[in-house]
Amino acid sequence: MHDAHASRPSETPVPLTASAVLVNKVGLHARPSVKLTQCAKGFAAKIELALAVDGPWTDAKSPVKVMRVKAPQGATLHFRVTGPDGKAALAAVLALVHDGFGEA
Amino acid sequence: MAEIHLIGRTASPGLAIGPVTMLTAAVAKRTASDDPAQEAAALRAAIEGARAEIAEQIKTIQGEVADILEFQVAMLEDDALADPAYGVISEGITADHAWRLALDVEIAGYRAAEDEYFRARAADIVDIRDRVLAHLSGVDTVARITSGSIVAADDITPSAFLAADWSHGGAIALAAGSPSSHVAMLARARGAPMVVGLGPLSWNGQPPALALVDGDAGTVIFDPEPETRRLFEHRMAVANAAQAAVDAGRLDSARTADGQRIAVLLNIAAPEDLAGLDPAICDGIGLVRTEFLFEASQGLPDEDAQYAVYRRILDWAEGRPVTIRTLDAGGDKPIAGLTIDSERNPFLGLRGIRLSLARPDVFRVQLRALCRAAVHGALKVMLPMIAVPSELDRASALLDAEFTALRAEGIACARPPLGIMVEVPAAALRAEAFGAAFYSIGSNDLTQYTMAAARDIGAVADLNDTGNPAVLALISRTVEAGRKRGVEVSLCGDAAADTRLTAALIATGLTTLSVSPIAVARLKAAIAKVRS
Repeated sequence: MHDAHASRPSETPVPLTASAVLVNKVGLHARPSVKLTQCAKGFAAKIELALAVDGPWTDAKSPVKVMRVKAPQGATLHFRVTGPDGKAALAAVLALVHDGFGEA
Repeated sequence: MAEIHLIGRTASPGLAIGPVTMLTAAVAKRTASDDPAQEAAALRAAIEGARAEIAEQIKTIQGEVADILEFQVAMLEDDALADPAYGVISEGITADHAWRLALDVEIAGYRAAEDEYFRARAADIVDIRDRVLAHLSGVDTVARITSGSIVAADDITPSAFLAADWSHGGAIALAAGSPSSHVAMLARARGAPMVVGLGPLSWNGQPPALALVDGDAGTVIFDPEPETRRLFEHRMAVANAAQAAVDAGRLDSARTADGQRIAVLLNIAAPEDLAGLDPAICDGIGLVRTEFLFEASQGLPDEDAQYAVYRRILDWAEGRPVTIRTLDAGGDKPIAGLTIDSERNPFLGLRGIRLSLARPDVFRVQLRALCRAAVHGALKVMLPMIAVPSELDRASALLDAEFTALRAEGIACARPPLGIMVEVPAAALRAEAFGAAFYSIGSNDLTQYTMAAARDIGAVADLNDTGNPAVLALISRTVEAGRKRGVEVSLCGDAAADTRLTAALIATGLTTLSVSPIAVARLKAAIAKVRS
């Protein structure tokens, strides 16, 4: 998904980054991937994730690509967010991961 | 013909005997066009057809099955899945061949995963692949399974499983497969025995006619000798009798070894949790979580929607008491548009009753719906995260106001008794200072707030122990306050279902425990062993 806003110089040109540990039982599997991508799609910002701080980066709005990451439990997920609502987007995806995607 | 013993891994427990159905992939023929643009359009239409078909199926089901199918919908909606296929179509490859190539690469990626869970997702991608191929050819390729038969196959897709009727027995025996697959989850939920990893299913000549599946041991016997079959049928009869005894015990009211009556209530998160359950297994519902109503995808629910759900639950209970907890958002349960995302420590932040009092616009709607539902049964309303009496008083005033307003409008309503969840140590320590109609101990939060240790942080999880004397002392204190004030005290956290704690909890004086439906029979059996 292309985000026209992200490239505008006036709005957060520097990406926001943060990381969180996957606490839910089986990692970033089917249901969490769907939840994460649904959450990410709710924002205009470009949201990417990676297993290492320097990438490779994956579009967090694509369930196909997020599943290809095969992030196991205990992995640290790094997020990189660019866009006008980037701050809220980052908080939302981090909350999901911290929460174990709502799984007990 | 000698019987064939195969050893695999158990994916779903239970014993089954039945005729063998071999699943072989149907290959559909289609006539391709020479025009890449037409082929791309055909693929796009097939993907959309498959997506719409699954979306239609989802409407009729809930829970785990819906999650599995929603995953398939999300994958089909993602252009990244088909992009490689469109790429080769533009080079002149037919749509079905291109799709198969692209998806087989994806499937191979999953099969090569280190993690068993991700390997198990291969079956889902196969399912997606075949469903789209079926739409491309206009032929239904989902294999039909005869009810009561033993399905023998290399692997089986969720669609094939869901298309069969499992209510009259039947089982699954797979050469490959995984206990982590979606089909294994479905099989466990439907009670169909399943064994995976049996290795190549090859026969000399005739395929087998009959099979015995032992989902407990993870073994399958094809074409058993009469004596083998007789012994197996004997085991099945014994197992059925034992199961019947447990099921019968589920309907008996719970008593300790010395005859003390313990009320066993249910915890539920949605009305769907009650599907197929006999209300006679419980003494009522001790906790209805209402967060599901507020899930982001649906937005904040209106009064009528809430009323309909609450009423359904009360109708199910047939007059037994039902305790509905008002919205307990925040902490580990964020709700878009309602909870604060940026709290540094959400467990100590604006959650539960604190959030409801801060957002009376949302809270009032829930209170009105509850007052209207209260005329349909024995409804009680519980407030989460109460720390000081003024929170209860303010909520009580809001409830009175909504009740009075409804009555003035001539709408059928009743004012339900208002109780508190005791999960903040401050509330447990001086429970008698609260004018609550009942106390319900939320042992999960009470434990984590008392021990200052979260259960999902591995390094301190051993401190998160409801059996710790400090936590049990707070529970005893709450029970004592209830006795002094003549109001009921129950416990609805996970500790109620932990049968290692049953004796300790009953020793505090608790006589009401609330657990998820699946734990009822186990808890009743544990209670029967307690001697005070």
